[in-house]
Amino acid sequence: MSAILPPTERLWWKHPLDRVEGTWIAIAFVWCMIMFFMMIYWHAYGKQNLSTETYKTTPEMFAGKAQAVVDKYTVRTETDLETPVVAPPPGSDVYMIARLWNFWPILELQQGQTYRLHLSSMDYNHGFSLQPANINIQIVPGYEHVVTVTPNQSGTYSVVCNEFCGIGHHTMVGRIYVKAETGNVK
Amino acid sequence: MSNKTTYRTCPRSGLQFEAQAEKLVLANAVAGVIFLLIGGILAIGVVLTRWPTIHWLEASTFYQVLTAHGLDMLVFWIIFFEIAVLYFCSSTLLRCRIATPKVAWLGFALMVIGSVMNNIAVYQGGSSVMMTSYVPMMAAPSFYLGLILFAVGALIGCFVFFGTLVVAKREKTYQGSVPLVTFGAITAAIIAVFTIASGAIILIPTWMLSLGWIEHVDPLIYRVIWWAFGHSSQQINVAAHISIWYFVAAVVFGAKPMSERVSRGAFLLYIVFLQLASAHHILSDPGMSTEWKVLNTSYFMYFAVLASMIHGLTIPGAMEVAQRAKGYNKGLFEWLRKAPWGNPSFSGVFISIIGFGFLGGISGVMMGTEQLNMIIHNTIYVPGHFHATVVVGTTLSFMALTYFLIPVLFKREIINPALAKWQPYLFGFSMYFFCLVMMGAGTLGVARRHWDMAFSGAALAYEWPGAAYLMMGLVGIAGICAITGGALYIYLTVGSLLWGKRVVQTKISSEPTPIPVGAPSAAAQSYGSLGFAAPGTFVLAMVFLASFVLYYFINWKYLSTLWGLS
Repeated sequence: MSAILPPTERLWWKHPLDRVEGTWIAIAFVWCMIMFFMMIYWHAYGKQNLSTETYKTTPEMFAGKAQAVVDKYTVRTETDLETPVVAPPPGSDVYMIARLWNFWPILELQQGQTYRLHLSSMDYNHGFSLQPANINIQIVPGYEHVVTVTPNQSGTYSVVCNEFCGIGHHTMVGRIYVKAETGNVK
Repeated sequence: MSNKTTYRTCPRSGLQFEAQAEKLVLANAVAGVIFLLIGGILAIGVVLTRWPTIHWLEASTFYQVLTAHGLDMLVFWIIFFEIAVLYFCSSTLLRCRIATPKVAWLGFALMVIGSVMNNIAVYQGGSSVMMTSYVPMMAAPSFYLGLILFAVGALIGCFVFFGTLVVAKREKTYQGSVPLVTFGAITAAIIAVFTIASGAIILIPTWMLSLGWIEHVDPLIYRVIWWAFGHSSQQINVAAHISIWYFVAAVVFGAKPMSERVSRGAFLLYIVFLQLASAHHILSDPGMSTEWKVLNTSYFMYFAVLASMIHGLTIPGAMEVAQRAKGYNKGLFEWLRKAPWGNPSFSGVFISIIGFGFLGGISGVMMGTEQLNMIIHNTIYVPGHFHATVVVGTTLSFMALTYFLIPVLFKREIINPALAKWQPYLFGFSMYFFCLVMMGAGTLGVARRHWDMAFSGAALAYEWPGAAYLMMGLVGIAGICAITGGALYIYLTVGSLLWGKRVVQTKISSEPTPIPVGAPSAAAQSYGSLGFAAPGTFVLAMVFLASFVLYYFINWKYLSTLWGLS
């Protein structure tokens, strides 16, 4: 008789559905399928899909590769820490190290150009949270994640760490400059 | 077979309590409420620190308090109460003795020792690793050991529950199939066993790592398996609180499930698919393949979402059918207008159903979409979502159930019924608002688990837009209102337990009275309109679907404006 008593009909699974339930199940099922295929559709036609290109790495190995790019393409340094600003050519591999408690180096990219951005951590988990665009990617130590990025707007972007990484977590902010497409002409 | 126990029939509800089971339900529920109290006090620190103009605690204290708040609320309060629900749904609803009460007490003791040990580890400092304790960030060994002991205790509780089902079957205290609510509890217990096993697989090596017995736990594998524990434990909550929704519909309205087949089928979908949800936390991670992410995050083509959408219709639907049968048959919504809004068990459950669906459900599916996850991963949107599922969904349902249990199980009158009437509204609606503004701040990118949105001391600070500061201020205000609502619940529950007028008891016997076999009811429905038994609920469901579709595609639109990523 009720949900807290055993069903009165012994063969409850033969009890017919009410129309309201049947209709709703059909509608809900269709919606579920739309949502499922939407993810696949976006992989085929959308422009924002997170790369899964990943390599096992170590802090030393990753820092070495990042240092090589920094040595080659540094254009200036900023802040009291003399953080290098790296402006690699379009299409190239760029590196960003996450560590307690900064992102290193600062990058300078060009709008509309594509880069292979390598992310890894030297210590704990960190979060790559690009603001104000609001793109968020997890950074896991021991894994080198290669994300292909194409900045679509110029400006100064911040990279906020949004994975808790200890007492200095709130000071961990990095920067990416995106120069306008016309910037080179001037 | 021990027959020394006694059975008490509650004069008010007709429910029959076995003496041992009654004590166990009581002990587990009280332990849960104590952790809710501790977690609630800690919430004050969290909320007042994230409220930018107040920014109360020091960074180290804040992270410590946040770690303890997460564990006490998400793990200890909820699982203690769930063990109480499991014993209630087996021994009480099936009217049988509880299997192996001594073992059940052992489980309870382990849970108490584990939860206290874990709390002490956090308060000592040095274990402010958040609830997730991602390696290689390490906590004290007693942090992990506490969790492991608690989990073993909870696992014992699950097996006592399964044992009790066997007792009921063997001693023939009921005939046919178990009640739907018990079936839901079985779902919760099966998911719990899977969950606890995952927790053991990853927490035992991590504990050994903290002792220096092993060298390395892979950070990514930790995340994948930890979330098979962390997310699935929230699925136990879903199964448990949906069972409570059916329970309250049955006791308040005498509502009968619209169709046993549909409701049980939906629970079955949970058992089969809900465990895949670990992927929700790995969508923006390196390492896992796209195929793995898409299949897992959608619970294999959204079958568990389908199940939740079914429950979301059938529970209010059952209430509507019951109300219409009583004559509240005018128009689409007379059944709802004439519902007992002054009964906190009903209002709590109804606020919970609506909030869980509209706030928790829609946001959960959005953020669980592979690509969309990138716009909210680790932002304060995430706690906004899970406060809608776990607090509005689970905690508020448990509160609603408590108001039913105080006279029935605790044998006390509620000390201040007028306050009890208002408590679900205060708590529920301030949580609604709390979740909404958190999601708003998260949409603007504000990070979760973050002490200072002004980034004081950072070499390259970022300036959040003014709207983000406004939202976080509103989070503070709404949070304080919700904490007040939570404090009222504690006052009403503990106060009734200590000072409430005793409810006069009559029947105690040494033998269980089996559940009488009910006569099959007439199948045909003669209420409703257009051949729909519950047209009002159907309209509500369509409103839900429209909001769902709209919000889902708005977020795709937002995603499409971002940097190209491939």
